[in-house]
Amino acid sequence: MPFSLLKYGLNKDYPFEQHADLPKPTELKPHYDVVIIGGGGHGVATAYYLAKYHGITNVAILEKSYLGGGNTARNTAVIRSNYLTSEGVKFYSESVKLFKELSNEFDFNIMYSQRGQLTLAHTDAAVRGFRQRAEVNKHFGGKTELIDPQQIRELVPTLNMNPADMPVLAGLWHMDGATARHDAVAWGYAKGATQRGVELHQLTEVTDVIVEQGKVTGVKTNRGNVSCGCVVQAVAGHSSLLAAKAGFKMPITTFPLQAMVTQPVKPFLDPLVSSPSLHCYVQQTGRGELVFGGGSDPYPLYSTRSTMDLKESLLANAVELFPFMANMRLMRQWAGLTDMTSDYSPIMGLSPVDNYYLDAGWGTWGFKSTPICGKSMAELVASGGKVPELIKPFSMDRFNSFRQVNEMGATAASH
Amino acid sequence: MTSMIDNSMRLNAPMGLLLNRDNAVEFLFEGQRYQGYAGDCIASALLANDRWLMSRSFKYHRPRGPLTMAGQDANTLVQLGGDPNALADRTPIAPNMQIEGQNYNGTLDKDRDAMLGHFGRFMPVGFYYRSFFKPMGVWDKWEGVIREKAGLGRLDLNFEPEYYDKKYLFTDVMVVGSGPAGLSAALKAADGGAQVLLVEEMPLVGGALAYNRFDIEGIEADRLRAELIAKVEAHDKITVMVDTVCNAWFTDNYLPLIQGKRLFKVRAKECIIASGAYEQHVVFRNNDLPGVVMCSAATRMMKLYAIKPGQSAVVLTGNDDGYLTALELNDHGVNVKAVVDMREGAAPMDLIDALSKRGITLHQGYTVYEALAEKGNKRVKAVDVRKITAKGEVGNASRVIDCDLLCMSAGYMPAYQLLCQAGAQLSYADDLAEFTLSKLPEHLHIAGSVNGIHQLDSVMADGQRAAQLALNNLNLSDELPGKVSCSVKPNFDWPIFSHPKGKDFVDFDEDLQAKDIVNATRLGYRDVQLVKRFSTVGMGPSQGRHSALPTARLVANSTDRTVTETGVTTARPPFAPEKLAHIAGRIFDPYRRTPMHHRHLELGAKMIPAGNWRRPAFYGDPNERDACIHTESVHVRNKVGLIDVSTLGGIELKGPDAAEFMNRIYTFAFLKQPVGKTRYAVYTNEHGVVIDDGVACRIAEDHFYVTATTSGVDRVYRDMTKWNAQWRLDVDILNVTSAYCAVNLAGPDARKVLETLVTDTDLSPEGFPFLAYGEADVAGIPARLLRVGFVGELGYEIHVPSRYGEALWDLLMDAGKAFDIKPFGVETQRLLRLEKGHVIVSQDTDGMSHPGELSMTWAVNRKKPFFVGCRSVDIVMAQPQTRKLVGFVLPAESKKPEEGHLVLEGDAITGNVTSCEYSPALKQIVGLAFAGINSSQPGDHIYIRVDGQLVEAEVVNLPFYDPDNLRQEM
Ligand SMILES: Cc1cc2nc3c(=O)[nH]c(=O)nc-3n(C[C@H](O)[C@H](O)[C@H](O)COP(=O)(O)OP(=O)(O)OC[C@H]3O[C@@H](n4cnc5c(N)ncnc54)[C@H](O)[C@@H]3O)c2cc1C
Repeated sequence: MPFSLLKYGLNKDYPFEQHADLPKPTELKPHYDVVIIGGGGHGVATAYYLAKYHGITNVAILEKSYLGGGNTARNTAVIRSNYLTSEGVKFYSESVKLFKELSNEFDFNIMYSQRGQLTLAHTDAAVRGFRQRAEVNKHFGGKTELIDPQQIRELVPTLNMNPADMPVLAGLWHMDGATARHDAVAWGYAKGATQRGVELHQLTEVTDVIVEQGKVTGVKTNRGNVSCGCVVQAVAGHSSLLAAKAGFKMPITTFPLQAMVTQPVKPFLDPLVSSPSLHCYVQQTGRGELVFGGGSDPYPLYSTRSTMDLKESLLANAVELFPFMANMRLMRQWAGLTDMTSDYSPIMGLSPVDNYYLDAGWGTWGFKSTPICGKSMAELVASGGKVPELIKPFSMDRFNSFRQVNEMGATAASH
Repeated sequence: MTSMIDNSMRLNAPMGLLLNRDNAVEFLFEGQRYQGYAGDCIASALLANDRWLMSRSFKYHRPRGPLTMAGQDANTLVQLGGDPNALADRTPIAPNMQIEGQNYNGTLDKDRDAMLGHFGRFMPVGFYYRSFFKPMGVWDKWEGVIREKAGLGRLDLNFEPEYYDKKYLFTDVMVVGSGPAGLSAALKAADGGAQVLLVEEMPLVGGALAYNRFDIEGIEADRLRAELIAKVEAHDKITVMVDTVCNAWFTDNYLPLIQGKRLFKVRAKECIIASGAYEQHVVFRNNDLPGVVMCSAATRMMKLYAIKPGQSAVVLTGNDDGYLTALELNDHGVNVKAVVDMREGAAPMDLIDALSKRGITLHQGYTVYEALAEKGNKRVKAVDVRKITAKGEVGNASRVIDCDLLCMSAGYMPAYQLLCQAGAQLSYADDLAEFTLSKLPEHLHIAGSVNGIHQLDSVMADGQRAAQLALNNLNLSDELPGKVSCSVKPNFDWPIFSHPKGKDFVDFDEDLQAKDIVNATRLGYRDVQLVKRFSTVGMGPSQGRHSALPTARLVANSTDRTVTETGVTTARPPFAPEKLAHIAGRIFDPYRRTPMHHRHLELGAKMIPAGNWRRPAFYGDPNERDACIHTESVHVRNKVGLIDVSTLGGIELKGPDAAEFMNRIYTFAFLKQPVGKTRYAVYTNEHGVVIDDGVACRIAEDHFYVTATTSGVDRVYRDMTKWNAQWRLDVDILNVTSAYCAVNLAGPDARKVLETLVTDTDLSPEGFPFLAYGEADVAGIPARLLRVGFVGELGYEIHVPSRYGEALWDLLMDAGKAFDIKPFGVETQRLLRLEKGHVIVSQDTDGMSHPGELSMTWAVNRKKPFFVGCRSVDIVMAQPQTRKLVGFVLPAESKKPEEGHLVLEGDAITGNVTSCEYSPALKQIVGLAFAGINSSQPGDHIYIRVDGQLVEAEVVNLPFYDPDNLRQEM
């Protein structure tokens, strides 16, 4: 048994106040240097790095619901860097590196679990695409290989190699593929940020953005107005709604994305397995549950309802991939709102409003970028608007200048 | 093995509504043979043999037995062969069924991991977050250990899926739940003229009427149930489905029902939820011991399964129902030692009299503070009863009462799941200490105890009220429904008695104790959602059916808020755990076949998927791919070959504006395309990216036939109809992909073959030149002829109505015999077109490729005012180009690059190989690749990394083969 548990067990009054991960709620101050809208992983990570590396602590995170209650709470926690473009692979690889250190950095276990991700190719086109992704990844130091059916069988002996009559031709084996306890990531960041003086205000909704002469000067909330030096907007599925309040449009369409989980059974599946052709991916969590995800809903909508159609098509394909899973019992189905850009890459950086910074367009894949995005946004804020190299390619302006960073093929149903 | 035929715990009929005592059933539990009756569930059959320990808990491996007897808890999840997590209290026994307990190390009775319970204090709430990661790197080791302990049952990894299927149903009114509320609602709705579907999860109709006692004499439930069932059975407008669970609510009353191995998908015009309420437990130390059950579980045991639940019992209650349970137990020979009422002076006199008449002791204002167990915690043996001194607190004086059964009722939680899935709002009524539901969507109604109505007569009236609302919506009536209210308050507001030594469980699924919930809030997780996520409360198989209410109360209390402010976590589908098999349905993998499919198989084709289709890759030994393709390609170049291209998309456009429409969709100019000619058609999306191509044939001034790629046609067609919804041009657009099939007859002898079959058209180079289009009669088959040259030889695409496909194939193969015709596959076609430098959209293009990069500007008319993507193409073409698709060659003996390999310039990735093959015609390796703009001219060199090594290739002019196009224009 680890020593730290003895410490808690032998301590009669545990937990003390000083053990608390998160502080008690306080009143809003009239002014902050930085207001971060959205207390998801991205928002709290930005606050954390602002405090840690830049000594900026007069910061308020305003969250309309509870800490990490948006997509941070709903995502399936796939972490990977096997993207297609150089810009993408460089960016996401940095995130993977940061993730590996987070537990010790936070003194809080985020249960980072590197079990590798296997993506299946059922068509020649997929084999070509995977080979390219493996090559790009290796080029930037990632551990990714194109593997053959025999190697796939050894890796996942329980896989049906001819699901839905679509033989598995090859696999993209991404050894860096991992998951983490998604909530814990938000909590760890929030803990680190609040301990350094950042204020986290839950149940605090930003209802309007105050812009004067092209520059943001404050926000209105359900708890009153707050003035500020600058704003970081990190609201995932609500980006265009908030941008509209700040007075500009974003090239984003919002779709629901659903996922589901079964009852726990004894572990039998280590790697994350994904089949873009069958619009399905599955992983077994540390609790023994199977988590399934797939593609976004086919039409734009602002609703987090679940649908029967998606469940039927997704699980039919899951049972194709692993026939014996027919006997598993599904426990829960849910949805989040995903803000999709046309090139399947995020939008980070400046906006048409001065001092109003964007962290948006994270679609179905933004959990994995939480550390590096937070770190980059903090740099951007601290430098007063100088965009860090790593995120330059992801500016909103790229849609005007046709310099898109196309990750569509590398995103699909794998997130 | 000896079989245990004990059944000493059985009561006489009429107890045991579900049993068929003429039919004994033997089964195995943990290797031991037992006997029950048909109609028994696993749990009741085991109880009949006095076996209470059925499974072990998730975290501490505590012994667990039945809690609700209604499938509402996870205490008795068992393993049925390879089927884990089956509900023992809902699954009927079957002859020779093999059942195992779950989650133990050793045997169910002697679980080596049971000692984990003693270390509970070292596993505080959220302990995983606080440990196992220091020093850096140790988590990698711990993770495996912890993972090993995870999970409940064990899945059979060799299980073969069984037959499951689906069916659609439609009804005016669906009623969920057949208790008194549901039955009266169904009757009222049917009487009013509506078609009614009444759905019941249990194997029998009646809900609480089937197991609860409603009066001192114990006669009312049976009488009313019989009366209502008779009426329902006699009603021809009511269909009853028992053993059927309505497992979710989806938008617009789209309701999945699960019955046996079938999923019914129901659309109901009106839906009435009469799903009842879950009896709630009292939180005290050891409240999870086998033998500690809900009051309703004890009455279910007796009435449904004729089980005598114990020899001596104590009833712990916060409402009047506990008194009635005590009477029921007493009537069936259980020695009720005491009724412990947490309330002070709330019980009505007649109930108190009834107890005292039977000599049952009553303690008012008392609670059970701790349940005491036999060694190994396998069964309750006594309870420690104490006076309640304040909210959640008890005095020091203890009275220990021996018993082997403790029945408890702290009140009820509405079965709110379906309603909350529909967006209903759950709020806490402080006066009732109970949740209420409001803000239902239209066409959804609520009745009975789920609606907070508990008195039998009010429950019946509430059912009728809901039915009246439904009838009004259906325009079958317009009466105003009466108001229904209820004066009974069955919920005790603080049934939580924490114990310093813990094991006072709030959540049985997850082994969470009262202090775990409170500590989560003290650690800063104050929102009920955060409490759930941090502590995992409510995340187990029963999804908070019992933990939600005590958790809300504990969180509210420790964060100085009201329960309404705290709320409960969101209910999501499904209502109860459902097998993937039910949702997946039949294993059903349809794919599309071309009309010539059988011919390909007869000819020994290696078939591969192409979108939803299957196509021949090549013909011959599947292990000799390269050789087969080589032979086929040489044959096409030298003689004649035939390929099935039916999977190509076909779109028909007809109307006065057809040419205008074509001109707006595709990049080329189409207004002046002559009738009888074909033209290359490139489609760009609004970003100016090339996403499809095809050949446009002008059949008449107002009539085009245009092909599209196999995988692209659906999208192109969808886009066309979308655009025309805006443009409103006078043109009809039809996707005729499957109405037509097509072949490509190609090779120097192609004309000779075709001439033997076509007599009405002059096929000479002058009469039917390259790029010509015409309609012809091919030996009696009406055909569309296109003289195009994808593979770079003299060739004809012949499109005919699908029904002629096989005949056309046979005719051509027959006529071709004299010229040594051979079929060729799609992989050979890919090689041939590569030699000819033709691009395959999506293989040689990516999500960024605009016409400039692909050297396709010749196919873009920049003078016309508009085409889809025109603005974007103009903008990108005005910018400096960064990359270009080029042709490259390598000597035959060089390492062959694979498609997807990278093109590098120093450290930078400038492109990638999109197509690459050894060309038998050119005797060298040829390929297409994106290259940086600085090395994209013929004569430049590009560097391709092939398996880690850089290979230097030369950029050349396209096409590689027959640069002067002499062969295709022959
Ligand atoms: C089902 C599903 C599966 C996914 N799977 C993966 C995966 O496997 N891997 C991966 O990398 N990504 C995945 N994602 C995507 C990922 O969840 C998101 O991209 C990521 O969580 C975004 O983080 P965030 O902090 O920006 O957003 P969020 O966590 O959504 O935080 C935004 C916050 O802003 C708050 N907010 C919104 N408007 C306001 C306002 N006006 N005022 C105050 N607060 C406001 C919201 O309440 C919310 O808490 C998935 C998403 C979904 C829905």
